[in-house]
Amino acid sequence: MNALFQYISTVFKGVWTLLVGMRVTAKYFFTPWNHVTQQYPENRDTLVMFDRFRGEVIMPHNGNNEHLCTGCGICELNCPNGSIEIISKMEVNEEGKKKRAIDKHIYHLGMCTLCNLCIKACPEGAIIMGQEFEHAVWDRSLLTKVLNKPGSIIAQGVKE
Amino acid sequence: MGFNIYDFTEMTHNMHLWFLERMSPTATTIVEWTVIGVCYLLFIALFGLFLVYAERKVCAAFQQRMGPMRVGPWGLLQTIADFIKLLMKELIMPKSADKFLYNLAPFITMIATFMAIAVLPFAKGLQALDFDIGVFYVTAVSSIGVIGILIAGWSSNNKYSLIGAMRSGAQILSYELSVSLSLVTMIIFAGSMQLSVIVEGQRDGWFLFKGHIPALIAFVIFLIAGTAETNRGPFDLAEAESELTGGFHTEYSGIKFAFFFLAEYINMFIVAAMATTVFLGGWMPLHFGSFESFNHIMDFIPPLVWFFMKVGGVIFLIMWFKWTFPRLRVDQILTLEWKYLLPINLVNILLMSLIVLTKFHL
Repeated sequence: MNALFQYISTVFKGVWTLLVGMRVTAKYFFTPWNHVTQQYPENRDTLVMFDRFRGEVIMPHNGNNEHLCTGCGICELNCPNGSIEIISKMEVNEEGKKKRAIDKHIYHLGMCTLCNLCIKACPEGAIIMGQEFEHAVWDRSLLTKVLNKPGSIIAQGVKE
Repeated sequence: MGFNIYDFTEMTHNMHLWFLERMSPTATTIVEWTVIGVCYLLFIALFGLFLVYAERKVCAAFQQRMGPMRVGPWGLLQTIADFIKLLMKELIMPKSADKFLYNLAPFITMIATFMAIAVLPFAKGLQALDFDIGVFYVTAVSSIGVIGILIAGWSSNNKYSLIGAMRSGAQILSYELSVSLSLVTMIIFAGSMQLSVIVEGQRDGWFLFKGHIPALIAFVIFLIAGTAETNRGPFDLAEAESELTGGFHTEYSGIKFAFFFLAEYINMFIVAAMATTVFLGGWMPLHFGSFESFNHIMDFIPPLVWFFMKVGGVIFLIMWFKWTFPRLRVDQILTLEWKYLLPINLVNILLMSLIVLTKFHL
């Protein structure tokens, strides 16, 4: 008798678990506005990428053409495949002290795996991940970029 | 030639007379066969294509995707493009394949499908064959399809194909039993095997509602076993892509593959149509006992629409199974059939017989 009871309860448990699964997929089916697919070329103007999306490494500049990069070279050391080259220069400030500053922050997008290690390592938060993802170009050399804009200087108040 | 959308009997009869006036009875028979054959051919091709499209859309929606969107509006022409591609493809045959059987197999599968679809009542008077053993005929003919699958697996001379075909054989042979027994339950209730009589018996209420709990259990069992019989859904281990690279149709390409593909989808339609005819009242409108005005409104919807609405509902259910449940192992499939469905089915038949004997039904 016990065996029979167990048999019947197995059947009902089985049916119940199947119904639970079907409820989950039904929820997906009847909420089509939650679809994750993007109609990409059509919605290009309104497309918003996700916050954590890694498109490329960029260096944000403020309105006075100032950035936060001190040229310390930690990002270059942390890059696992050598896609960052730091060319620094020595500057003399008002007090007559010599100080290292960034000359060119060279970034090879073609070699970058977007691993995020340089961004994590940067002590000043001078570089971040950009949202741009349409990187197709006609020549490989166009993938080598200089991240600090020409004539830009380090922002005031960034400690050494 | 009066065209009545609620009753096709008069129309088909008039067509018959129209042909008889113009040619000899023998020629009439041949012409009518041809016309009906072409109608079914067109139906199978178009409905098969539509089912493939529907499957891709439904599957996509279950996985929070959009499915085909590029070819035509909402991707409506996608399956037509796919079909043209399949027609253009080269027919490749393995070097050591059994050539005769290899070429024969897709046709056997397709013929079984054709034969089964012939007895389905689409609307009143719209039924090619009305046997008095209709249900028996469908179960008998639809099991011919497995021979095509076995031949395909054997003649391909490929171990994946053979394993797939053998799995399919074991599965279909066991689930055939459940399909037949669940139909037998309803035959006991309906008192006839003729499909038109079964549909007519549901004029005042579908068997699913009239037959109490045994009809409901039989319906669930029929759906499970029918899904298994079409090699679909959680029971698709005959063509398990991850294990067998396609199973019995691994070695088939082009139009021969399309035949297997089409036959699979039309078989799904046949299972859905049988479920509709036997449990959901076929082309009969939905009637509730005493709601006169409601019944009257329901009567306005043509029977063809009713039939395809119900079939669509059942097909959606079958697709829902497929895109929800993971594939079963071969031992689990046989356990489900022999330890669960079959005993439950036998008890169910007993219950149904008691209900019929005591005239407990409505």
